[in-house]
Amino acid sequence: MKKSVFLGALTVAGLAATAGAAATLDDVKARGKLNCGVATGVPGFAAPNASGEWEGFDVAVCRGVAAAVLGDPTAVEFVPTTGKTRFTALASGEIDMLARNTTWTFSRDVDLKFTFVGVNYYDGQGFMVPKELGVSSAKELDGATVCIQTGTTTELNLADFFRVNNISYEPVPIETNAEAQQQYLAGACDVYTTDASGLAATRSTFENAADHVILPEIISKEPLGPLVRHGDDEWGDIVRWSLNAMIAAEEYGVTSANVGEMSAAAGDNPEVNRLLGTEGNLGEMLGLDAGWAKMVIESVGNYGEVFESNIGSATPIGLSRGLNAQWTEGGLLYAPPFR
Amino acid sequence: MATVTDPPKAEFRLSMLIYDTRYRSMTIQVVALIGFLLLVGFLISNTVQNLATSGKTVGFGFLTEPAGYDINQVLIEYNNQNSHLRAAFVGLLNTLLVAVLGCITATVIGVIIGVLRLSPNWLIARLTTVYVEMFRNVPVLLWIVFAMAILIETLPAPRAFRGDDPEATMKIFDTVAITNRGVYVPEPLFSRSLGDIHLFGTSSMNFDISLDLLLIIAVVVASIFGVRAIKRNADATQEKTGKRPTTWYLTLGTLVVPLLVVLVALGFHLGYPALQGFNFQGGTYLRNSLIALWLALSLYTAAFIAENVRAGILAISAGQTEAAGALGLRPNRIMRLVVLPQALRVIIPPLISQYLNLTKNSSLAIAVGYMDITGTLMGITLNQTGKELETLLLGMLIYLIISLSISALMNWYNNRVKLVER
Repeated sequence: MKKSVFLGALTVAGLAATAGAAATLDDVKARGKLNCGVATGVPGFAAPNASGEWEGFDVAVCRGVAAAVLGDPTAVEFVPTTGKTRFTALASGEIDMLARNTTWTFSRDVDLKFTFVGVNYYDGQGFMVPKELGVSSAKELDGATVCIQTGTTTELNLADFFRVNNISYEPVPIETNAEAQQQYLAGACDVYTTDASGLAATRSTFENAADHVILPEIISKEPLGPLVRHGDDEWGDIVRWSLNAMIAAEEYGVTSANVGEMSAAAGDNPEVNRLLGTEGNLGEMLGLDAGWAKMVIESVGNYGEVFESNIGSATPIGLSRGLNAQWTEGGLLYAPPFR
Repeated sequence: MATVTDPPKAEFRLSMLIYDTRYRSMTIQVVALIGFLLLVGFLISNTVQNLATSGKTVGFGFLTEPAGYDINQVLIEYNNQNSHLRAAFVGLLNTLLVAVLGCITATVIGVIIGVLRLSPNWLIARLTTVYVEMFRNVPVLLWIVFAMAILIETLPAPRAFRGDDPEATMKIFDTVAITNRGVYVPEPLFSRSLGDIHLFGTSSMNFDISLDLLLIIAVVVASIFGVRAIKRNADATQEKTGKRPTTWYLTLGTLVVPLLVVLVALGFHLGYPALQGFNFQGGTYLRNSLIALWLALSLYTAAFIAENVRAGILAISAGQTEAAGALGLRPNRIMRLVVLPQALRVIIPPLISQYLNLTKNSSLAIAVGYMDITGTLMGITLNQTGKELETLLLGMLIYLIISLSISALMNWYNNRVKLVER
């Protein structure tokens, strides 16, 4: 782990000149594989399944981009990254894009020189405690021992929250979600804090999920989304519009089931026609095939399908759409027009 | 008239740089040096160029920005509004703490195991062999994680202490609480404290030193000098009269009485830990992360030190032991007075590298969430500021300084004990 930070930094420092202005699209095409950074294992978002294939909500974004660029959703090399290693991995060119529940913040965008291409999950930081502690609000956590993943925004939010409320806590910094889970279940910390979605995902893997509650306070805004390096806007556009294609597809009722039919010939809705390449030349503008968006939707589904099959209410994680509903349904998802 | 003709001067030709053995080694060195400098130049220019391409600037200004994160184990005053530099300093002190504790414990365990491994007792010799082979041949990271897992999984959580009929109770007359978050032991408190001295004013390196502690150390040191004076007097009397005066009560008095007087004057008492809210409050809190790291590093390094000690002892010829035996010394004293002092000369140089190893291995601390310099400066600070190059260079520099200091100290000690040859 440490080694990879170091190697990453060395690479940034100059051994590999891949970073910067190099055309990522050409690299990916030449390689025939997309290198996509994901979490080391958050159920529902990014985790290998029983047969060792990566699946999850963030993984779907990687697969979508691979489908758009290479026409093959399986042509992805998943690179597990921790909260600490992810930025170095991206900056050094070890990965082409990062889809690892990463919060879009000013300093990451501006100072760390990354481009957040959009938001695929609107989240906020929450707290999980065992029911037997009888805690009903985060403000009652004075003196508690709190497990946090180190190298994340949660660390800073937590410090702010406790300082503003003038209560004390004992932070236990932890590298990965799995370790945090182990410490929390053994009672080495009273509270586990991370993004509320991550808490729900973690809780779903507990033997007695009902013995743990997620406190009502959400102490921060955590817009999570995929990101790429500064300096290659063409590549940034591809990732951005692959994500937007998934969101727009849901809005227009294009699903993995009916996309084949709808893309066979131009339909009534010009926006859908442009999206699916039966009208206009949006694909060409991106430097991709005309059917790029069709490939995305066909192979991973639209946003709603991805949500429901990975983290939706029918899954053990059981998240409701909430803020992540389409704007037409009172949520925040709003894909810019395909025009 | 005889003419002396000088042998014709060999003209220098370029090919001699390769074919003439007088110049060849020089040529190779010069070429190697140029190659090395080119490599360094390439790395530097590449770094500068890539940093420029990615639009990053190099600078250490971030160190004065507020850190924004909290650290659990702080040896000096720290809060999340302090600077990154102060956070790094807190981490550095944590590194030094575990390194010093580890070196001391590893030396004690290592010497004992090393001596026991040479024991004529079959069982003891074999058991210590098993210890050495087991610890030496498993990566230290695994030992650290393993120690932590044992502490977390086997010890009771603080909430087990709650209720009328708790599952767990405090040990040693209700003064020590052993939980899976750490061990709480009574802390020394002074009701008539002298206060602290504040050093380095408002800079980010400022810290307080307890005057009480300084006073106690001063008294203990003075007592030790007193005891030495008593011993010298007794020696002189013995030389003169042949009889050694009884001094044990004087020695004991010199050691104990001044200390007691100071402690009473300062109003010394113990603060006991008590369960309050989520955790125990009061007392000194030794976190699991510290204990696991300290234990694992000590036991691991002790295995290597044991081998050094064994090698050192075996390097002393058996004749020394036999001669000492012939003089009537018992095995214990032979080891302590004859063999070990000589063996030290062999032991110390490899011991230095073991200390260096332990200190550097302490950078694995983040595996158990111990916030050392790697965890603060090269961990969270790196991540929050994105200054990989600066933080890593700074971190490397700090480790270099620590290691060179240990090395210098041990070399000085080695020079003192090594055989003076004339």
